Amino acid sequence: MPVYYLEIIVVVVGLLMLMVDAFVKLEDKRSIAWIGMLGLLVVFGLLFKVEWPESTAGAFWQFYTSEDKLALYFKGIALLTTLVVLVMAVDHAPTVIEQTARPEPGAHPQAGLGEFFVLPIFACAGLMWMASANNLVSIFVSLETVTIAFYIMVAYLRRNVGSLEAGVKYLILGALSTGFLVYGFAWLFGITGSMQLSEIATALARPEINPTTALFTFGLILVALAFKIGAAPFHLWIPDVYQGAPLPITAFLSVGSKAAGFIVMLRLVSPFLASPALVGKVSLALVLVAIITLLVGNLAALPQKNFKRLLAYSSIAHAGFLVMALACSPESGKLTELSPAAVIAFYLGAYLLMTLLAFLVITTVRTKISGEEIDSYSGLAKRSPFLAFALIVAMASLAGIPLTAGFFGKLFVFKLAVDSQQWALLIVGLVGAAAGFYYYLKIAASMFLGAAPKGQTDDSPIPVSPLATITIIALVIAIILAGFNPGLILGLF
Amino acid sequence: MSIIEIIVFLPLFAALAIGFGSPARFTALSASFIVLGLSLIAAIRFQTSVEGAFQFVTSRTLLEMGGFPKLSLAFGLDGMSLVLLLLAAIVMVAAIWIAPQETSIKGSARLYYVSLLLIAGGAIGAFCSTDLFFLYAFHELALIPTFLMIGIFGHGENRVRTAWTITIFLGAGSLILLVGLILALSALGSPTFAISDLVVMAQSPESAIPENSQSLIFLLLLVGFGILVSLFPFHSWAAPAYAEAPAPVAMLHAGVLKKFGLYGLIRIALPFAPAGAEKWLNLLLVLLIGNIIYIGLVTIAQKRLDRMLGYSSVMHMGYVFLGIAAGNTLGVSGAVLLMFAHGISIALLFGLAGWMRAQFGTLEFEKLGGLAKPLPKLALFFGFATFASIGLPGFANFAAEVEIFFGAFAGSDETMSWLRWTTVAALWGVVISAVYMLRAYRKVFFGPKSEKLQTPSDMEWTVRLPILLLLVTLVSVGFVPELLNQYIRPVVEGFFPVTGG
Repeated sequence: MPVYYLEIIVVVVGLLMLMVDAFVKLEDKRSIAWIGMLGLLVVFGLLFKVEWPESTAGAFWQFYTSEDKLALYFKGIALLTTLVVLVMAVDHAPTVIEQTARPEPGAHPQAGLGEFFVLPIFACAGLMWMASANNLVSIFVSLETVTIAFYIMVAYLRRNVGSLEAGVKYLILGALSTGFLVYGFAWLFGITGSMQLSEIATALARPEINPTTALFTFGLILVALAFKIGAAPFHLWIPDVYQGAPLPITAFLSVGSKAAGFIVMLRLVSPFLASPALVGKVSLALVLVAIITLLVGNLAALPQKNFKRLLAYSSIAHAGFLVMALACSPESGKLTELSPAAVIAFYLGAYLLMTLLAFLVITTVRTKISGEEIDSYSGLAKRSPFLAFALIVAMASLAGIPLTAGFFGKLFVFKLAVDSQQWALLIVGLVGAAAGFYYYLKIAASMFLGAAPKGQTDDSPIPVSPLATITIIALVIAIILAGFNPGLILGLF
Repeated sequence: MSIIEIIVFLPLFAALAIGFGSPARFTALSASFIVLGLSLIAAIRFQTSVEGAFQFVTSRTLLEMGGFPKLSLAFGLDGMSLVLLLLAAIVMVAAIWIAPQETSIKGSARLYYVSLLLIAGGAIGAFCSTDLFFLYAFHELALIPTFLMIGIFGHGENRVRTAWTITIFLGAGSLILLVGLILALSALGSPTFAISDLVVMAQSPESAIPENSQSLIFLLLLVGFGILVSLFPFHSWAAPAYAEAPAPVAMLHAGVLKKFGLYGLIRIALPFAPAGAEKWLNLLLVLLIGNIIYIGLVTIAQKRLDRMLGYSSVMHMGYVFLGIAAGNTLGVSGAVLLMFAHGISIALLFGLAGWMRAQFGTLEFEKLGGLAKPLPKLALFFGFATFASIGLPGFANFAAEVEIFFGAFAGSDETMSWLRWTTVAALWGVVISAVYMLRAYRKVFFGPKSEKLQTPSDMEWTVRLPILLLLVTLVSVGFVPELLNQYIRPVVEGFFPVTGG
């Protein structure tokens, strides 16, 4: 089966879900999500069945990378993320219903819920395409497909001021960053005369390239990408948007959007890094971005009291570690080696597991505890030991405690930093990791050491849907197994 | 699965089983007995004639990737790790045995026993690993359980604060250690994490770490491991943590887990960076004097038994460092033996102190007194533990300390090196520890008995047996140090092929 069928199938699944929503009389619109999950699972299985084309002639392959296992891996990340997001969305449905529709008399009581399950599917198709995009046009179009879907999803809770505020902020800043990106692309086309990434790389590597214009171009692109991945100093939207958006969408933003942003970044930055005339300044810029991001993300996370905001800053901090990997080695190497690309891919895989696990637990307990503050999690260990255990595994992994997947992510990054002798980065990274110890453990402290908050009368165990239970167990096992043997993830690409 | 893999993974699987609902105390206790039994079998089948090499070796390659050292889940025992495994297994049995019954635990009994198993399992895994990565990683397994145990089940108002302190200290120590290890690996350019290969590379002149980087690497390793061992001045986490932790955790942590740092120094830091070690030797001497004399004096000033024991355990680490600093066969094997002896004796003391706290509700010297008459068995056991801790002949501590002092003073020349001066000063530590231990004994067991103090019935068999287990171990090794020295000597001789001893 040709590889580009994957995206087509995902889009078809999305359209099918829309049709079902419109034309089939459903008692409970949550069944639409089941169609989506089933479809995504099938596509995930098909990932292992794809064939690469014999010849890559033809207009299509200008826009789509040929044989590329890393792209497949990132498609897998997109699919898995969307799958777990749908699991969360099903659990989150009551909140969505409550805060969106006030249906007209006679309409379906769940009117407006169906699209909440469909939009992630379309975003997923965009993310998957982004993983294979190798042309400025296809990068831009796929990126916008995703971003526009996210604009809607972030602001989905129409009757919730926080969600609307988040939506507007995301829209304005997203549009601004898109502007930077297009402008950068225009310059890039101007100085290289091509939209094709491979040709751009050749053009940039020529000695007669004008470094000033090339660096200006790089600066524009870096600004735009820093917005997408949430790297400082362009991270300011992240805490507000994460806090306001519906929980499943926050998870989606935090994992899917970041992973896709990083593969685009890998593809766009490596031509600059490969150019002998530019590499010094370009890596210096990356180092600076990494340092600021690590410091801002980790240190600003320390005083946070809201769990979603804490995870927002943690997501900035992890972006810092990822940029650190990118900044570490000037030559982007082969995948069998410990190259920045491999480290970033592994890190994102681990990040997916642990972040989704954390969000899954948060979504499950959201309606049963008093709020989203860290303090409202106190006493959770007594109420629901299973959920508390899952959350502590997620936190340990995010903090980078050994024998979890997250530790290998950080270990690889530090190893890269030592190998490429980036001492400043290494020290800042360590400070960040040490700070991470504290703020992630704060969650554990709250769950296990605190007594149940005053005014909370309900001490019954929190019900977990069977689907969520299975997903949580699978994620915990994956985190621990990958913590013993990172080859399980590294072998995938 | 080979015997050693069972030893390593049984505590972890037992913890998992308890998580899934199997009876907590029963599972934990049987798992620890099996581990002890298997460790004894390993000790019997261990061939002392084979010099230095790892035995019972198992290895499963996990990851081979260019640019990153080969990672394998590899376990094995040499004499030194065998001794520490025995220590871990014995203390684990005693700690879990002495832990309260499920019904008398306030809070989740499952969590209590799972945490104990993870702490012990982490230590055992670290001692048995022959792969540098897992040596490091297993030690970290104890971090969060310790935090939870002190925070939830600890004593005193400040327990949450104490839990944070120990976790931040140990976390920071581990990070510094991690940097040192990564730097060392990078400097060696090693294609593998296997410790024995790394040592061979570090010791052959052509692939050794360059001297100027050795200095930095050893300093990082010394500070990293030092924090874990409560080397002066990084000791401030230890005493409050041990005082406020539940007794089994204090036993496991002070008795076993803390030895990981010393083990790492001997196994990793010294062989990897011998030139660096030489360079920082004088610093180490100053710090260990800080441990022995300064902390010794601090110990005398303590007003509560648990804190005094906490500080005394910090102080005794100074002797082990002295043995390591001696840098010869006698000194280092004394250090390893003292690690064992101190681990057992401090576990014994914390076990007894834990029982006393449960009975009297306090461990302040002012409120205790005259307990020898109503509680003769407790007084007897505590007396033995006191003598062991001071290092009187007949206990393992004595044999170990003698080896260390002789080792540190060794040599035929008559000049007084810094090492010798340090040894002379360190000898006063024995006096100091006699002062505080005997004073504590007098305050608790003799003198007038406070009116308010309720005296319970004396120790029951369920408490007496684990205490006896520890005591018998101490005495047998004390009378026949060869029991353990036969394992230690070949390894340590492998470290110093030229100087002999």
